[in-house]
Amino acid sequence: MSALVVGITVFVLATFVGYEVITKVPPTLHTPLMSGANAISGITIIGALTAAGLGVGSLAQMLGFLAVVTATINVVGGFLVTDRMLEMFRRPARRAGGQ
Amino acid sequence: MTEILYLGCASAFIVGLRRLSGPRTARSGNILAAAGMLGAIVITLIDEAIVNWGTVGLGLAVGTGLGAWAAIRVKMTAMPQMVAAFNGFGGIASALVAAVVVVESDLSDLPGETLVTILLSAVIGSVTFSGSFVAFGKLQGIITGRPLLFPGQQYVNGVLTAVAVGFGIWVLVTGESPGFWALGAISLLIGVLAVIPVGGADMPVVISLLNSFSGLAAASAGFVISNNALIIGGALVGSAGLILTVLMTDAMNRSLGNVLFAGFGTGEGGGAGTMISDRPVKRANAEDAAIALAYADSVMIVPGYGLAVAQAQHAVRDLADELEGRGIRVHFAIHPVAGRMPGHMNVLLAEADVPYEQLLDLEQADPQFPQTDVVLILGANDVVNPSARDEPESPIYGMPILNVDRARTVIVVKRSLSPGFAGIDNPLFYNEKTLMYFADAREALEEVVAAVREI
Repeated sequence: MSALVVGITVFVLATFVGYEVITKVPPTLHTPLMSGANAISGITIIGALTAAGLGVGSLAQMLGFLAVVTATINVVGGFLVTDRMLEMFRRPARRAGGQ
Repeated sequence: MTEILYLGCASAFIVGLRRLSGPRTARSGNILAAAGMLGAIVITLIDEAIVNWGTVGLGLAVGTGLGAWAAIRVKMTAMPQMVAAFNGFGGIASALVAAVVVVESDLSDLPGETLVTILLSAVIGSVTFSGSFVAFGKLQGIITGRPLLFPGQQYVNGVLTAVAVGFGIWVLVTGESPGFWALGAISLLIGVLAVIPVGGADMPVVISLLNSFSGLAAASAGFVISNNALIIGGALVGSAGLILTVLMTDAMNRSLGNVLFAGFGTGEGGGAGTMISDRPVKRANAEDAAIALAYADSVMIVPGYGLAVAQAQHAVRDLADELEGRGIRVHFAIHPVAGRMPGHMNVLLAEADVPYEQLLDLEQADPQFPQTDVVLILGANDVVNPSARDEPESPIYGMPILNVDRARTVIVVKRSLSPGFAGIDNPLFYNEKTLMYFADAREALEEVVAAVREI
């Protein structure tokens, strides 16, 4: 199989896995799901690191640098903000006597 | 070996998402996914024989600083625009990865399939970027949340898309890079034009869809650099965004095309809006609302975007506590499209420490209204509009709503009688069992809590 076919196979299978996993997330967690998934889409940072780390020309370095910055904002900000939200959901919700 | 390590990282994403299925395990799931990401970054730094350490290190430091600063400072009410902004950054990163490959290589040497994925990465990433930032601007109030329409908009979009395809083919055939840059620029423009006609109330759909796009952009970048971790991560996000998009359009009983292109809420077709606006309403003040609430056995609170705008999540919890202290059963009924992104209301109420057992979704809440004494509506409008059930001519006819008019008394807290984003008048406001309390949600709640304590 060519690399492209392998890639497409992986993509299709991962889409099905994603569908099965994500349909189990309850509506109350849909916002953290969205921001957490969004942080995962920052995986493009791998491409950004490679591009910035190996770039030769100054234009390539500049674009690579911007790619690393934007991808890192996506990753770090996304996971942190998701953690902030989930921490609220996990707090002991029972309040004795309604207080 | 590296491939296996990347696979481990991708598995962490899948297990992490799986753990998001329950509030108790969710936080550890997110941390697991973050650990997978960190692992992937470290593997890349070691494996790729990085030469420009300065560029990479500075980029990581700047990105971490900006991302952490934004994530720590953002208010929970502003979460939809925060997610839109992060999403936009992810999109442009994928497009930039493609751009670097274009700068560094001679395109005519690359195989056609690589060129296709480079173009896809650039197009999807650019559309995600500009579309997300237009959504950010709308949600932040920098640009109007109303749909922006101009004559021939569809034709302009059609022509632009055709031109983009033309440039794409030009690059594929000739391998000349100017076509790539032109394609990127047009994609940015398409992203802007695609989102400006969408109204604020439809933002949950747009945010979900853009989320899906950022995943597809990452997956395309994965094809460009032949990395399965990117392809898997991107595919997961692509399906997450798509599932949420479909859930949102179903909850509005509309098609995706209708949400994106119809300019919903410009008043066209909603002619009934002005006809009944001069009908009398029953006005109420804090004392009236307090009496109705304090003598009820069961109360259902329906929060909407007005609650977020007024930052009233803590005030509503105070009221719920006060009522529960009097032995009154209090629940929150949350419509899937309440707020500006899926689950937006749940986050705000969680921030105010409302136990999630008290939060009911549409299917759980709706059967309870006939046995509910008082429904308190806080800045929600279209999701409780009975025209969606009763008036086949209504633009929102068929949308599943919370049938609050089946409860004994309805109190609506709203700043004015003006219709919501959909621009449709709401017969609920003129119902004889409805009390209209015109005020900002937080001020109203604070006054009602004070009044309840007096009783």
